[in-house]
Amino acid sequence: MKVAVVVFPGTNCDRDTKWAFEKIGAKADFIWHSEEKLDNYDLVVLPGGFSYGDYLRSGAIARFSPIMKAVSEFANKGGYVLGICNGFQILLESHLLPGAMTRNENLHFISKFHHLKVINNENKFLQNLNIGDIVNIPIAHAEGNYKVDENILQDMYNNGQVILKYCDKDGNELNPNGSIDSIAGICNKNKNVFGLMPHPERAMQSILGGIDGIKMIQGFIK
Amino acid sequence: MRVAVIVHLKKGVLDPQGKAVLHALNTLGFEDVENVRVGKEILVDINTKDREKAIKEAKKMADELLANPVIENYEIEVKE
Repeated sequence: MKVAVVVFPGTNCDRDTKWAFEKIGAKADFIWHSEEKLDNYDLVVLPGGFSYGDYLRSGAIARFSPIMKAVSEFANKGGYVLGICNGFQILLESHLLPGAMTRNENLHFISKFHHLKVINNENKFLQNLNIGDIVNIPIAHAEGNYKVDENILQDMYNNGQVILKYCDKDGNELNPNGSIDSIAGICNKNKNVFGLMPHPERAMQSILGGIDGIKMIQGFIK
Repeated sequence: MRVAVIVHLKKGVLDPQGKAVLHALNTLGFEDVENVRVGKEILVDINTKDREKAIKEAKKMADELLANPVIENYEIEVKE
């Protein structure tokens, strides 16, 4: 299993992400944003951070990096792509995933552990979890207020593209940022491009608060 | 020629910044203020004297990068 971790100027979760995938047995490489090719990878990860200082809109400038053309081609050929936090925002701006991000409803940067409920597991990413399972992993963002057109949202439900929602420890809906229907993670129609605001790579060791991230990203290995 | 691209969140998309500013204005004593929307103005200097061409270019810039059509609307104004 070979993982490409794309690094943009301002990305800051690249090392954690590489470490997390190595911990579950993958081989991971950093790919600088000015590269134009992706060779023989099983998964491309766009990690979290503040690519291009979040100028204009989060992810809006990163979309035009040379590597993103290769990432789009990789995704369109069916390659697996995972965007975490800022990586999710980049995938939205690149139109690889539907919708857009706006500022958190309360305007705060929210950084804490949050529970999430698995809404759909018929995909590679969450195949190790069951529908209704609750995981506890960190969120850290100021723009996680997901917005999408009602009709598209309905399609997304019908196609099983809404995969994770924010909830409390008992699984009741709990919305930290104003995101539509408390959505925390989605995928595309073909179920090969995934985006989520929470950080599974930060929940890999019990000493750091939890290991629920392992089960999630292990889906890509199986 | 200087062209302004003015970007605002669409009607119906909650504008938390506008809400915060509204609250601050009310607190300051501007009690008649009922609604505030915060947007951004992007000034672009284009090397042309052709007004139509400048507007056309700015529109393309807005569609491709400066605004996100999922959540934002934009207007274009020629400044000089």
